[in-house]
Amino acid sequence: MTNVLAVHNLHFAYHDHHAALRGVSFELCAGDKVALVGPNGAGKSTLMLHLNGILTGQGDVTVGGARLKRDNLPAARAMVGLVFQNPDDQLFSPTVFEDVAFGPLHMGLPKDEVVVRVESALSAVRMSNFRDRMSHHLSVGEKKRIAIATVLSMNPQILVLDEPSAGLDPRARRTLINLLRELPITMLVSTHDMKLVEELFPRTIVMDEGVIVADGKTKDILADEKLLEAHGLEKP
Amino acid sequence: MHSDIFDRYHDTESFIHRLDPRVKVSVTVAFILSNALLPDGAWIAFGLSWLFLLFINALSKLGIAFTFKRSFVALPFALVAITVLFSIPGNPLTTFHFLMWDLTITDMGLLRFESILVRSWLSVQMAILLVATARFPDIVHALEHLRVPSILTTIIAFLYRYLFVLVDEVFRLLRAREARSAAAAGSRSGGSVAWRAGVAGNMAGQLFLRSYERSDRVYNAMLARGYAGHLLTINPHELRRVDYITTALALSVIFMLQVIGRL
Repeated sequence: MTNVLAVHNLHFAYHDHHAALRGVSFELCAGDKVALVGPNGAGKSTLMLHLNGILTGQGDVTVGGARLKRDNLPAARAMVGLVFQNPDDQLFSPTVFEDVAFGPLHMGLPKDEVVVRVESALSAVRMSNFRDRMSHHLSVGEKKRIAIATVLSMNPQILVLDEPSAGLDPRARRTLINLLRELPITMLVSTHDMKLVEELFPRTIVMDEGVIVADGKTKDILADEKLLEAHGLEKP
Repeated sequence: MHSDIFDRYHDTESFIHRLDPRVKVSVTVAFILSNALLPDGAWIAFGLSWLFLLFINALSKLGIAFTFKRSFVALPFALVAITVLFSIPGNPLTTFHFLMWDLTITDMGLLRFESILVRSWLSVQMAILLVATARFPDIVHALEHLRVPSILTTIIAFLYRYLFVLVDEVFRLLRAREARSAAAAGSRSGGSVAWRAGVAGNMAGQLFLRSYERSDRVYNAMLARGYAGHLLTINPHELRRVDYITTALALSVIFMLQVIGRL
């Protein structure tokens, strides 16, 4: 299996000198579906913002074999689809269609191709009949699915989701889980939803205080009660 | 929670609703310009402008009095023009004493004031009609097509999108304050005015900080999808024959209004 994403010894500190990442290394192979768990403030979101170069720390991030640099950021952003935790941050266009078209348009695709991509991304999240709706009138569950469509339309190699199931009611959560299961794409998902982890992800990475404390098979990690307790996690 | 209080679009099937938004925006702007250009006291032209407005009201199937009912919201702003009552030279009508000034209302001043009132009242109604018959994203597209600088249309689009989010944020803050505004048994609730003002100030600051941080996150979301400084959109609108004909007709009517106003 080839590596689609590799992070090597990544360090990052915010402006207030709070060190959010202190030497993070891991690799993703094509087709991997990986959960990223850990308490609040462990550095999960910070790590995700590095994966397509929105934040740049010290260390290497390699996407599709190319090391992230200023001049290959656009290519990397087309490969790594980042879905933010709060869909209101992600859906900034007046209509659903325009939001989903935003990525492909900025990739410089011809208009017919953009329309095709929008249609297929919306149908992948089962929201085809929402294309002309205004984003601010949708429910949270609908917004989350549209937010996923906004990156699917860029045909990314890797989907990176920040707490996709947070704040969803059981039905919306179930719809989302089924959707994630069906998407044939490499995935890194940060979450506190341990049931989701158990159900969907064969591999789990545990982060705490800016470092990776465990990386292995989900069933081994979930069986290690000492590890879970030490890092504020619960058995599902 | 959604606050829909700003959404003024009224979904109906009508000739006006089906028109291309560019037509509606151009005619609205032309109508407002025409009002501004009509000379003071051109009552016939003002009256005909109003008939034109009522006609469009009727065509849009919103009811003939639709804009009339909503037109008074903007009248307070016309009061800014109140100084023209006293500042235009003409025959004095009446004089009264206000604080330390003797104010004289002139006939020319009164005429100018009434004309400004009518102008703004007519213009506001046309604008109300525009936002009731065109969806907001379409209006922004129309502005883009009409070569309004993209920085302006982008600001308008974002303003509209996040107005709702901000208002929701305000309501959440107010509700959180409400929930803790308790009173101990037998004592008055609320504290001193200065203290309450301080709390309100903190809430305003809180709102600013939250918006500021949100703008950062939104910008990140834009970067993550390849934003490089220009907003790109696909605008599916196409002008049909009926759009061209309607624009030509409406603009000729407005031109005629100008001619009649200057006779």
